[in-house]
Amino acid sequence: MKTDHTSEVTLRINGTEEKVLVDHRVTLLDLLRDRLGLTGTKKGCDHGQCGACTVLLNGRRANSCLKLAVAAEGATVVTIEGVADLTEGDGLHPLQEAFVANDAMQCGYCTPGQICSALGALAEADAGWPSHVTPDVTAGVKSASELGAEEIRERMSGNLCRCGAYHGIVAAITQVASGSNR
Amino acid sequence: MKPFAYQRADSIDDAISAIANHPGTAYLAGGTNLVDLMKLGVSRPRALVDISHLPLDHLTHRDGHTVIGALATNATVAADPVIRTDFPVLSESILAGASGQLRNSASTAGNLLQKTRCTYFQDVSKPCNKRAPGSGCPARTGAHRDLGILGVSTSCIATQPSDMAVALSVLDATVSLRSAAGERTVKLQDFYVAPGTTPHRETVLEHGELLTQVAFPALPAGATSRYRKVRDRWSYAFAVISVAAVVVLDAHGRIEQVRIAWGGVAPRPWRAYLAEAELRGRRPSPELFERTLRAELRHATPLPQNEFKVDLVKDVTTALLTDLAHPAEDRKVTR
Amino acid sequence: MTSVGTPLERQDARAKVTGTATYAYEHRVEGVLYAWPVTSTVAKGRVVDIDMDSAMATPGVVAVLHADNAARLETNIDLGPVQQASVPELFVLQSKKIAYRGQIVAAVIASSAEAAREGAEKLVVHCEEQAHDVVFRARDPRAYVPSVLGDLGPGNVNRGDADAALEAAEVVVDVAYSTPAQLPHPMEPHSTLASWTEGRLTLYSSEQGPSNTSQAFAALLAMDADDVEVVCDYVGGGFGAKAAPRPPAVLAVLAAKLVGRPVKVAWNRRLMTAHATYRSPTAQRIRLGADGQGKLSAIVHEAQHMTSALSDYVDQTASSARMMYAAEHARTTATAVRLDVPSAGWMRGPGETPGMFGLECAMDELAHRLDLDPIELRIRNEPEVDPSDGKPFSSRNLVACLQTGAEQFGWVSRDRRPGTRRHGRWLVGTGVAASRYPVFTVPSRASATAETDGTFTVAIGAVDIGTGSRTVLAQIAADALEVPVARVRLDLGRASYSAAAFAGASLGTASWGWAVDKAGRVLRDRLRDGAPLGTTVDVDTTEEVSAMRDVSRNAYGAQFAEVKVDAVTGQIRVERMLGVFAAGRIINPRTARSQLIGGMIMGIGGTLMEAADIDETFGDFVQSDLAGYHFPTHADIGDIDVVMLPETDDELSPVGGKGIGEIGVVGAAAAVANAVHHATGRRFRDLPLRLEDLRNASPASMSLHQSLR
Repeated sequence: MKTDHTSEVTLRINGTEEKVLVDHRVTLLDLLRDRLGLTGTKKGCDHGQCGACTVLLNGRRANSCLKLAVAAEGATVVTIEGVADLTEGDGLHPLQEAFVANDAMQCGYCTPGQICSALGALAEADAGWPSHVTPDVTAGVKSASELGAEEIRERMSGNLCRCGAYHGIVAAITQVASGSNR
Repeated sequence: MKPFAYQRADSIDDAISAIANHPGTAYLAGGTNLVDLMKLGVSRPRALVDISHLPLDHLTHRDGHTVIGALATNATVAADPVIRTDFPVLSESILAGASGQLRNSASTAGNLLQKTRCTYFQDVSKPCNKRAPGSGCPARTGAHRDLGILGVSTSCIATQPSDMAVALSVLDATVSLRSAAGERTVKLQDFYVAPGTTPHRETVLEHGELLTQVAFPALPAGATSRYRKVRDRWSYAFAVISVAAVVVLDAHGRIEQVRIAWGGVAPRPWRAYLAEAELRGRRPSPELFERTLRAELRHATPLPQNEFKVDLVKDVTTALLTDLAHPAEDRKVTR
Repeated sequence: MTSVGTPLERQDARAKVTGTATYAYEHRVEGVLYAWPVTSTVAKGRVVDIDMDSAMATPGVVAVLHADNAARLETNIDLGPVQQASVPELFVLQSKKIAYRGQIVAAVIASSAEAAREGAEKLVVHCEEQAHDVVFRARDPRAYVPSVLGDLGPGNVNRGDADAALEAAEVVVDVAYSTPAQLPHPMEPHSTLASWTEGRLTLYSSEQGPSNTSQAFAALLAMDADDVEVVCDYVGGGFGAKAAPRPPAVLAVLAAKLVGRPVKVAWNRRLMTAHATYRSPTAQRIRLGADGQGKLSAIVHEAQHMTSALSDYVDQTASSARMMYAAEHARTTATAVRLDVPSAGWMRGPGETPGMFGLECAMDELAHRLDLDPIELRIRNEPEVDPSDGKPFSSRNLVACLQTGAEQFGWVSRDRRPGTRRHGRWLVGTGVAASRYPVFTVPSRASATAETDGTFTVAIGAVDIGTGSRTVLAQIAADALEVPVARVRLDLGRASYSAAAFAGASLGTASWGWAVDKAGRVLRDRLRDGAPLGTTVDVDTTEEVSAMRDVSRNAYGAQFAEVKVDAVTGQIRVERMLGVFAAGRIINPRTARSQLIGGMIMGIGGTLMEAADIDETFGDFVQSDLAGYHFPTHADIGDIDVVMLPETDDELSPVGGKGIGEIGVVGAAAAVANAVHHATGRRFRDLPLRLEDLRNASPASMSLHQSLR
């Protein structure tokens, strides 16, 4: 049994390899915010109860507050700072553009988590995954493009917004889900 | 949080030996509950053995048996085409819990082993027999609206919060527990133990023993199964109560087999065995369901704030069984 | 060239969607340390002794801050009537007395957040415990009438002889309502980075008022306000919780002072339940006296609240009842019971929100008693002048809101009979309620500079907590300067910019906007008169604000809700909601719409799920995290829409807006609760409308077998 309380971890974050010595207690969220200066990922509750810390971890959305940094050794992470690079060109990701166009935010603190979560949710729908409100779990869904508002609301429910920007967020995601520019 | 050592296990045997002889150590998988509890100071391991890279994320359907590896994520299990087709109750139960991002991280074993959400258990500044044996239970006279009404004890009225466990319960699942001495298989119903005077002991799992997989047999032909959950928010909330049910009717429309399990009411998924036995061979009707379930609930020991759960779980189960026994077009199960 | 009135894109939207918007905790300074508080585990008593050895031995721990080594703060400070109620909570570690469970009794300062928290866990605080009293009960004989409420009005106001009028009334509605404590829980928890350099203090802090916070710390530390900079570039929501500085900021300052290094603190949700303020629970009784046609003769609204041992803050819960409807006789009384609990304070629409829940439900009950359409009842009681003081209204378009809403919502064809619409297992109903929020306008300063590159910089010590003020103030400035908005740079969020009021009481746009408008106009005129580029003007609106005529200024609205109730479980879904608001000129319909909808969503939360219960044994809130304290998530919100009625009001600030930050939440609960009555045939008068309450009332329409038939 090892007894060290720190370890060196290597992660690929937004395409860049980061090698850091971490106290085992440090979560991926705190590593991003306090050590790597990637403060776009937010701490809203630190217990997986709000979704503000959502990042893409090895391609899937995850709460970075509940992931120990040391346990993320070798992982690929995309944070809000890397979302624009997921698409070609210099501009924002279409989902970011849609959030702007639909005023899908107020204070902005939940916004990065909402966007990362939406990217994950759309990929899950494209994989045919059903949700709690899918009428027939056996059939699942065909793709993200067929998601209605009820489906998007359910799939996004792990991301709280106290300002109540849900209306705009769902509109933004719907716009991107139904478009071909993902 | 106190500092702790960490190692990534290279093999199942490695993992077991790293934990078995070291008190105060714990397995780390998805971390969605353990890290949460460590931040609260409820769980204070000296060392973590990370098992998340062990080859335990299998999900197979063979010879009439489904086997789910301990590390298969909740999301993977819920999305599995065979699970969705043959065991919709399981898929539905998982999808009714937590959030998309939590389900991506949470493991099957971790889900079954998650701790109660009782507010006193989570607050280390307060007494709790489960967390600090012998310190007392403030819930009985304090906040117990969300706590148990069946199978509880004077020491503890906490509920097991897993949705998936409730569905696995009606699937007659077993869990495999591996230790240095070998592997044993335990029925899920026997895996959780009654709180009695030792509520800190929640399962038969021994220190160092590793839950490696969950298995269950195929449902009988013609079986229908559903999960229904009642909560205070329409998503992303623990169950106030939940119901999983499997119904098989015979050629004459009588109940050949019925399995009922409840969540949010007990320290374990509560199989309504009495009601199941009573219903077998009978012709289904809402009145029969209600009468039978009422008898099952005769042993409930609710407290003032959660007394409503008795009738709530009875009514929701009656409605669910009625739906499963009479699949009418105009009365789809509304979740 | 007008920008005001156009749906300009939120100016900081791109920063927010890319993660580059920087919130308090995210600022970086060299050599920063972290502090984590230790809080009392008794509800009343005093700290006797602190055993620090184990905490100090923790690797990384630098110091323990406690009452014996914390810097002494000035005790006799005056922050003005609005902020004064928040002052007692600022005296962090100034005494060993414990007034509530969760009060800060020490803090551990360390080189990492992990070490600070570990040290805090190891700190042993010995307390002497005294018997506590934390139970809020309706009709508590100890309830006192406070001399001043949150809106600075008196606790008790009488008009005519309400008791005699009730006695004589043909129809009397006499009902009790209750609302629970509610927690603001902005998404960004309170956090502060405090840094001292050469006698100057800089606070990067999550605040609704950089200027106020600067003034408060200057007073506490006996410093010049110019030496206390407060930086709030981005604030992750407030809802009242950050409308005055709170204990976390004081702790950061005391810790930084003790160790002589910058210190960061960030609260978690459990700590926020103790220090972020909350909406007081209320126990209300409302009596309406009317004639057979529904014409009101008397309104009596009594509301009991809870105060802490430290703070006298009491919401203006009953105040709306004085002026909403034309009743000759009225009495409104706010009372409070002092308990050993955390201090209540502002939460979005303080007073108006719980009070209008009661009043607007009571109006619905009266309409039902008279078999009258509830909109018609309100129209019959529409006053000509403000009934509370006889002042003319600057504008009042409640009736237009009700009528527009009725048309758009499909109210006209509504069958009034309650408990008669069933779709499968769902009982369906609709409800309406009025909204109202007063207009506050306060003096503010702003500066404007003509830059040499042809752009303009307007600076004001205002803040954008998500309201859109960064955007609307730029629009106002652009119009005043008569330039496109792209040429205006709007700086806010720092105390060192021209002093401005806090973001609260929906006063920001009118008050700050007035100063920004004036600064823009003055600069434009100066430039026309030949002033060179580089010129800066600094203006103050004290004179203009004090010259405002003495009239009654309020924004009004009407909210409509359609709900369905699961007859088997008692769960409620708000399927559809429409809010129609008349709030003066809308500066930016895009951000305004978001804010109004957001208020309505908070209203849905307050109706259906939000409640914080004091634990009788321990004295803290049972719902200590976001899994326990539910507020709406995506799945809870159905179709929701807003209509903003065009309204011109010449009695407002030149900006022409009445403020929209709070009116969306006011009235929402009553609309939903009235819809639940219409669906089920039963009245539910205690918030939140929990499923067990609906089930326990077991209206005939909710029988299980009927829903299975």
